[in-house]
Amino acid sequence: MLEVRLYLAQRASAAIMAPLVLIHLGVMIYTIQGGVDAAEILERTRGSFFWGANYGLFVIAVSVHAAIGLRNILREWLSLRGIGLAIISWIFFAGLLMAGLRAVAAVVIA
Amino acid sequence: MPQQSSQTILDVVTWIQRHLDAGLSYRFACRVGMCGSCAMMVNGIPRWTCRTHVNKVMRDNSLTIEPLRNLPLIKDLACDMSEFFEKWTDSKGYFQGSTTRHDPVSTLSPNSPQRRVADAATECINCAICYASCDVVNWNRDYLGPAALNRAWSLQNDERDSASAERLSVVAGDAGCHQCHSQQGCATYCPNELNPTASIAGLKRMVAKAYVRGELGAGGKGRQGPESDA
Ligand code: SF4
Ligand code: SF4
Ligand code: FES
Repeated sequence: MLEVRLYLAQRASAAIMAPLVLIHLGVMIYTIQGGVDAAEILERTRGSFFWGANYGLFVIAVSVHAAIGLRNILREWLSLRGIGLAIISWIFFAGLLMAGLRAVAAVVIA
Repeated sequence: MPQQSSQTILDVVTWIQRHLDAGLSYRFACRVGMCGSCAMMVNGIPRWTCRTHVNKVMRDNSLTIEPLRNLPLIKDLACDMSEFFEKWTDSKGYFQGSTTRHDPVSTLSPNSPQRRVADAATECINCAICYASCDVVNWNRDYLGPAALNRAWSLQNDERDSASAERLSVVAGDAGCHQCHSQQGCATYCPNELNPTASIAGLKRMVAKAYVRGELGAGGKGRQGPESDA
């Protein structure tokens, strides 16, 4: 059952990431046309629920997706199994999530 | 050795046994691509040797013939096929009917979409060429492998079969369909041009649907790893 859940979680997180990456790229290309600097960008992102939710969701999806991918690699290349595999995958997930959410907080929370 | 027109790799091996090394061990039976017993690695690629012409696969006038990859060696070119066949049984790769001889014979339309799917996967000769070509088998000795999963998919689409739920929970397990990387090594080398990759993708969809509907059993027995269920 675990394999099915991970499979679905990886597909779902990919489906979430895809449009968010497009939004990110689109907005970046659009904003640099007018030549904004870091301060101006922060002015727009600070306190913005939209950008907080956008990148927050992205970070969660990335953490899920990458942790499952890493789990597969560890399993195949290092033959890790069982609880060790689970612990490393969860730590990786938590690390990514924390680092990502900190970065989001830095640009969103005033 | 003397070259002949339409000479096969199996001819070469047989010639070597008759003229150079009487003790050379290898396996074959039908010599016409039916039995699936003659597979070997030829210049690094798994092939049915009775149907592989020397002039099509010779490189720089040389041939390297080796036992099939991913299987334990017994001697020379003969591999131990036990694990390959055991995985067929582990994945319930056999038909399980629910009727007896006293029931009327069931009628099947060869044109129904489901029957076509089952038929497309059914012409497997158990040659283990796909198994030898699969990197995931190489990495994870428990992985059921392309042939067994392809067989399971064919049976899952056989409307007369009654073991569908159990089989699905086995192929959804730790050693099952989700290990496949979909890179088509198996489909590239299958001599019967079957596509185990597509069959495995079908199983993944079937398992996902069953899971969402809450119909997936509590994980099968067989070759399950320690973390198979959480
Ligand atoms: S497609 Fe899947 S089963 Fe086929 S060779 Fe690749 S990993 Fe193995
Ligand atoms: S699926 Fe193809 S390659 Fe694999 S055992 Fe069957 S016939 Fe051989
Ligand atoms: S000898 Fe039977 S398939 Fe080659």
